[in-house]
Amino acid sequence: MADPDSGKPPPARPGTPNRASRALPLPGLERVPWWIVILLLAGILAAMIIFTSSDYTSIIALLSSGIYLTLYVTFFAYAFALIFGLIAGLMRVSRNPILYTTGTLYVEVIRGIPLLVQILYFFYVIAPFLADRVPEPFDQWFRSEVNEGIIALAIGYGAYLAEVYRAGIEAIPRGQTEAARSLGMSYVQAMRYVVLPQAIRIILPPLGNDFVSMLKDSALTSAISVKDLTLWTRQRSANTFRPLEHWTIAALLYLTMTLGLSLIVRYLERKFAIPK
Amino acid sequence: MSPVHPIIQIENVHKRFGKVHALRGVNTTVQRGEVLVLIGPSGSGKSTLLRCINGLERPDSGRVVVDNIPVDHSSKHINAVRAEVGIVFQQFNLFPHLSVLQNVTLAEQVVRKRSPDESKKIARALLTKVGIPEKADCYPAQLSGGQQQRVAIARALAMNPKIMLFDEPTSALDPEMIKEVLDTMLLLAQEGMTMVVVSHEMGFARAAANRIVFMDEGTLIEDTSPEQLFANPREERTKQFLSKILH
Repeated sequence: MADPDSGKPPPARPGTPNRASRALPLPGLERVPWWIVILLLAGILAAMIIFTSSDYTSIIALLSSGIYLTLYVTFFAYAFALIFGLIAGLMRVSRNPILYTTGTLYVEVIRGIPLLVQILYFFYVIAPFLADRVPEPFDQWFRSEVNEGIIALAIGYGAYLAEVYRAGIEAIPRGQTEAARSLGMSYVQAMRYVVLPQAIRIILPPLGNDFVSMLKDSALTSAISVKDLTLWTRQRSANTFRPLEHWTIAALLYLTMTLGLSLIVRYLERKFAIPK
Repeated sequence: MSPVHPIIQIENVHKRFGKVHALRGVNTTVQRGEVLVLIGPSGSGKSTLLRCINGLERPDSGRVVVDNIPVDHSSKHINAVRAEVGIVFQQFNLFPHLSVLQNVTLAEQVVRKRSPDESKKIARALLTKVGIPEKADCYPAQLSGGQQQRVAIARALAMNPKIMLFDEPTSALDPEMIKEVLDTMLLLAQEGMTMVVVSHEMGFARAAANRIVFMDEGTLIEDTSPEQLFANPREERTKQFLSKILH
C-alpha cells in the first residue's frame, strides 16, 4: 500500500489517477493521466494515417473551415446561456412568487421540448416575427442564421444551466447567508460575495460538462443552414460520395475539441478549488 | 437618547414554527453594557429569541426594539439594526472561500465602505485582539474550531457593533478549545460590550454575567443574578434544570 513516509512512489492505479493524486502530493506514476496517454497514442496513430494520405489531408483542410463557426457559435451561445441560466436560477430560488413562477415556467417549458425543435421554431417562427417588428438597421440581426442559432441554443441551454445554478446555490448552507446578512449585507451583496463564489466552485464540473455538450449540440444549428463543421461535412461527403472519410474526420475533429475543452475545465476546477 | 433607555426592548414576543409555539409572550429588556446569559433546555426558545434581536427571525406578534430602531419588516430598519448588532453562531459560519483576513474585511468594505487599507488595518488589530494575528492568510478549513470561532468574533467586531449576540458559541467545539473562546468573550464583557449569550458554560456565566435568564417552553421562567441563581433558584423547573447541567 502507499506509504507517504517511504519516499517511493506508490504503484500506479490506472483508472483513478486524479483521485489518488489529490490524497498524495508525491510526484509518481499515479499522477499520470493514463486516459490522456492512451488517447494521445491513438491520436498519433490516426495522425500518421491521415497525414500520409493526400485524400485525408485535403479533407481536413476543407472541413477546418467549419471549425471556426462551430467554435464561434459554441462560445457565444454558452456565454449567453450562462447569463440566462444565472437569471433563471436566481428566479428559481427567489421567494418572490412572480419571479419563481416565471423562472420555473421557462425551465419546465424549455426542458420539455427537443433542442432541435427549439432551434427550428426560433428560426422559422420567432426570429422572423421579431425581424419584422424591430426598426430598420436592427432587423438584419435577426435575419442571420448564425445569430439565430446562437440565441436558440442559449435559450435551450439556459434552462439546464438554471437548474445547475439552483442546485449550487441550494448546496450552500443557510448559515452562510445568515452570517452575511447579519453583517449588514443586502440579499444581493450576500449572493454576490458569499453564496455565488462558493456555488460556482461546486457547479464548475457540471458547467464544464454542459459546455462540452454545447459544442456537440452546436451541430444541430446545421439544420438551419449554419455552415459549421457538420454542415460542411454533409455537403462535402455528398458532393464527393465519400462519407467514410469525411465523417471520420468530422468525428475526430469534434473529439479533439471536446477533449481539449475537458482539459481546460479540469484545470479551472483545480485552480478555483478552496484551499483545504 | 437617555442613558436609562434599555438598548434592547422585547415586548410580548410570540413566534410559531408550524405547530410549535417557540416563543409565548416574552418580555425583557437589556441595558447598555449588560451581559445577559440565556439558559434553558433545548427547544426552550433561547436561540429563537436571540435571532429575533437581529431580525434573523421575525416575531409573529409583539415588538423588538434595538437602540430605538424597531426590528420590523422594513429592510431599512433591519439593515440598520444588523449594522449595530454582531452575532456569533454555533457553527462559526465563516466564509470558506475567503482567507481569514478577507472574512473580517468583506463586510467592512461592502457594508461600511471602508478602504481596503483601512479595513485590513482594523482586521489585523482585531485578529491580534482575539489572539490569532498569524492566521490572517490561512483559510477557515486550515484552522481549529476554537480559532475559527475567534475569527468569527473578530469578523463581527469589525463592524463596530454596540451589541454582540452569541448563539451557543462553544457547543460545537472540542473541550480543549472552549476556554480560548470563552476568554475572548470575557475580554469583551470586561470592556463593557453589551452581550446576550445563549450558553450553558456556567463558569462564564458566573464570571461575566450580570443577569441569567432561565427559559423553558418559550417563556422566561426566572430572571436573576448569577449568585442568586446558583445559590438559591426560586423556581422548581430552574432547580431541576440546574441539577442536570451542573455535575
